[in-house]
Amino acid sequence: MLELKQLYQGFRDPTTIANLSKQIAQQAAKVDGDIRIMEVCGGHTHTIMKYGLNQLLPDNIDFIHGPGCPVCIMPKERIDHAIAMASQDNVILVTLGDMIRVPGSKGTLAQCRADGRDIRPIYDPLDTIKIAQDNPDKTVVFFAIGFETSTPMTAVLIEQAEKLAINNLYFHINHVLVPPAIDAVMADPKVKVNAFIGPSHVSVIQGSEIYRPAVDKYGTPVVVSGFEPVDVMESILRITTQKAANVAELDNQYSRAVTPEGNLAAKAIIDKYLCIRPEFRWRGLGPIPNSALMLREAFSHRDAELHFASILPTEEIEDHKACQCGDILRGLCKPKDCKVFGRGCSPESPMGSCMVSSEGACNAYYRYGGIND
Amino acid sequence: MCLSIPSKIVELHPEETSITVDTMGVKRKVSCHLIDEPLALDDYVLIHIGFAMNKIDKADALETLELYKEIAQKMEPES
Repeated sequence: MLELKQLYQGFRDPTTIANLSKQIAQQAAKVDGDIRIMEVCGGHTHTIMKYGLNQLLPDNIDFIHGPGCPVCIMPKERIDHAIAMASQDNVILVTLGDMIRVPGSKGTLAQCRADGRDIRPIYDPLDTIKIAQDNPDKTVVFFAIGFETSTPMTAVLIEQAEKLAINNLYFHINHVLVPPAIDAVMADPKVKVNAFIGPSHVSVIQGSEIYRPAVDKYGTPVVVSGFEPVDVMESILRITTQKAANVAELDNQYSRAVTPEGNLAAKAIIDKYLCIRPEFRWRGLGPIPNSALMLREAFSHRDAELHFASILPTEEIEDHKACQCGDILRGLCKPKDCKVFGRGCSPESPMGSCMVSSEGACNAYYRYGGIND
Repeated sequence: MCLSIPSKIVELHPEETSITVDTMGVKRKVSCHLIDEPLALDDYVLIHIGFAMNKIDKADALETLELYKEIAQKMEPES
């Protein structure tokens, strides 16, 4: 009989973490050269910093914090889109919580809301249905963000809007995809990643098999990992064991939640409403082909980018010169290498997006700094 | 953003495609639009932004925890 608390405590057990740490050291001693692991997902960055896992590892294992934080990779012009739409009369802009504090070129959605605009941060996308029903004379825009994990929820919301004929609900789609981001990272010759920890909940939806092409193309181990500290340590052990044996394989540590094929119902509903966008510009990584989603043409009557086309700015906006989010997202430097880290840029007043989201690398370093020099 | 929380199903509401889950003492209703397989009371699911994402494989989780225990027992004499 499995108790719910075992799913938490069992995977945070200090003795298990210590044992895994010893085993990792034994395997790492057999490896020539460095093991540079990119944890693609910001949730893993957070686990590593929060539990100080990097301090339990031998010197030849280093982490490169990846681009897997949907708020962090959102380019400023997309935030400007949200602000432009929210600044129209009779518009209600609905989005997931983290988004409202990310600075665009002219402030944040939070500031826009303070100026009197109707911006509603929500936890559950389906709450948007009630907002739209309660405000039939307003145009409601769902500003959809997130990786594969959060995409099927948007698809369910589109389906409900269609079924209930809620005609005042539009969608601004910013859903992005992990595999093209891995390709973009690996395409940069300066990036020295030679192993990946695969995201937990992206993989719950899409299945572990989506990383097989990366294993084959780059000859790097990919281990899909759960979010708890024991999960991450075990995944590092599995990577290190592969390195010691000089093999590169796809492995799934998070088998209690992830299957090779993923959640087929979720994948089907995504495919029904959304399709691949030819190109999306990522903060820090630049334009990446086929790296995001958009509404299928059959649902273009709900596309906020078409409905508001005349007022949406088209200019691409670069980050503040001093901000190094771009290099951090590509693993070229660590948050503490950035000149404004903790000075001009803090979670209370972030300059770059990596400081805003609790999953951003800078936010994790700031929050748990001092223990991880 | 992609975090999700293991929770236990305590009520089923098939008429509205939702379930009530208990997350370490906090109860809330979440959608199960994304779950095709049958759900039962006392099943564990992962919750993300108001939706159940999947069922957690209890046998797999138990097996993993058991394995960690065995490792601990094996390693104890060394340390």
